[in-house]
Amino acid sequence: MADKKPLEVYLDMLSQPCRAVYIFLHHNKIPHTVKTVALRKGENKTPEFTKLNPMQKVPVMVDNGFVLTESDAILKYLATNYNAPEHWYPRQPERRARVDEYTAWHHTNTRPHAAKVFIMEVLLPRMTGQPTDPAKLERALSELDETLEKLESMFLKRQPFLCGDDVTLADLLATCELMQPLGGGRDILKERPKLATWRSRVQSALKDSFDEAHAVLYRLRDKSRAKL
Amino acid sequence: MPLELYLDLFSQPCRSVYIFAKKNNIPFDFKQISLLEGEQYGEDFGKINMMRKAPAIRDGDFTLAESIAILIYMVEKFHTPDHWYPSDLQKRARVNEYLSWQHTGVRIHGSKIFWLKLLIPKALGTEVPKEKMDSALEDLDGSLKLIEEKFLQDRPFIAGEQISLADLVAIVEIMQPVGAGVDVFAGRPKLSAWRDRVKAEIGKELFEEAHERILGAQEMVKALDASKLQVFKPRILKLFL
Repeated sequence: MADKKPLEVYLDMLSQPCRAVYIFLHHNKIPHTVKTVALRKGENKTPEFTKLNPMQKVPVMVDNGFVLTESDAILKYLATNYNAPEHWYPRQPERRARVDEYTAWHHTNTRPHAAKVFIMEVLLPRMTGQPTDPAKLERALSELDETLEKLESMFLKRQPFLCGDDVTLADLLATCELMQPLGGGRDILKERPKLATWRSRVQSALKDSFDEAHAVLYRLRDKSRAKL
Repeated sequence: MPLELYLDLFSQPCRSVYIFAKKNNIPFDFKQISLLEGEQYGEDFGKINMMRKAPAIRDGDFTLAESIAILIYMVEKFHTPDHWYPSDLQKRARVNEYLSWQHTGVRIHGSKIFWLKLLIPKALGTEVPKEKMDSALEDLDGSLKLIEEKFLQDRPFIAGEQISLADLVAIVEIMQPVGAGVDVFAGRPKLSAWRDRVKAEIGKELFEEAHERILGAQEMVKALDASKLQVFKPRILKLFL
């Protein structure tokens, strides 16, 4: 298997699913190269990138010519192909099903609702020069709150992690999403001690990789808080 | 005790679970949940699935929601033929890629059309504004184009030569707007040819049986008592209007 190209990932560290992939690669010491795609500069819309991914989205993984999009597919592929510790994506059907159940639910719950708050407070004002619409923000926060309630009562419950006793891909994807509004200076878990404790638990499990991945977001947070 | 499947065949993800179980001769108890009647909000169903969504399964003490998770669980538990969820990592990743993308790539758009065209007019007593309908149709159009150009390309099925969970999940979602009276296959020979292949693999009889309820949707909604849909009004206003 000579001349195998190292794994390449195309990432923008302001993107939640990109951070999840980055953290997984670093934490599990999977050799790789990162190619930065700056979404705010439209680097996802170039002809070359579009050829790689017609959806013009990040993350994208290229493993020796095999191109894969969608963070949960990428994470599941990496966990299996690179023999990451089993707890990330357990093999036993019932335990695996719990992770699959969360990663499915995540797409139309955690992801859009947390992202919306960040988009409204940071991206839209930046792009349009207009201040955030307070009524729309109120609605978005209320929707997010409902999602956080479900996250706590339907997934976390009395467990240390979303899918049981060990950290899994579910916790990784969820925390990266829930960190996003921090870019606007907002900690959405401030009033939710159970979820805040869970987030700390996940951060501890991931050690340096977590903070490394969130460096750009932290800088954005500091800038946002300086403005307030 | 056999597997219990809590289903309403009106719902796309319920159809994929139903078709998969039947096609693979997985023994199960069909537990009807009537979504339009609001049965998912009942106390009993809450014990099966706190999320109050269908499909849901109960396998002994184990309960599970989310069709993708359910399908993969059935693959593992019942050792179904490899092509459904290939053990080859790259082929499996292709299937996972589609199953991930489709939540917001297709499902949302197909569902929206169904609500805008059939359920909302019935619930609110008025047609939906044309721009909303046109915009939703445009979104769906974009999705179908991506399915053809990125997920199928020149392959017979999404993962390659054989049908997989990806095709099953795709077809049931695409059939939803068809149930609302929108012929999404018109003018799309590539998609139509794929549909015919998928239908042949599933089996014409099973495919038609699973889709009987949704294809009768226009008639069914016409006869429905509008007051039954009032419980969905806040959700309608929030999501669609």
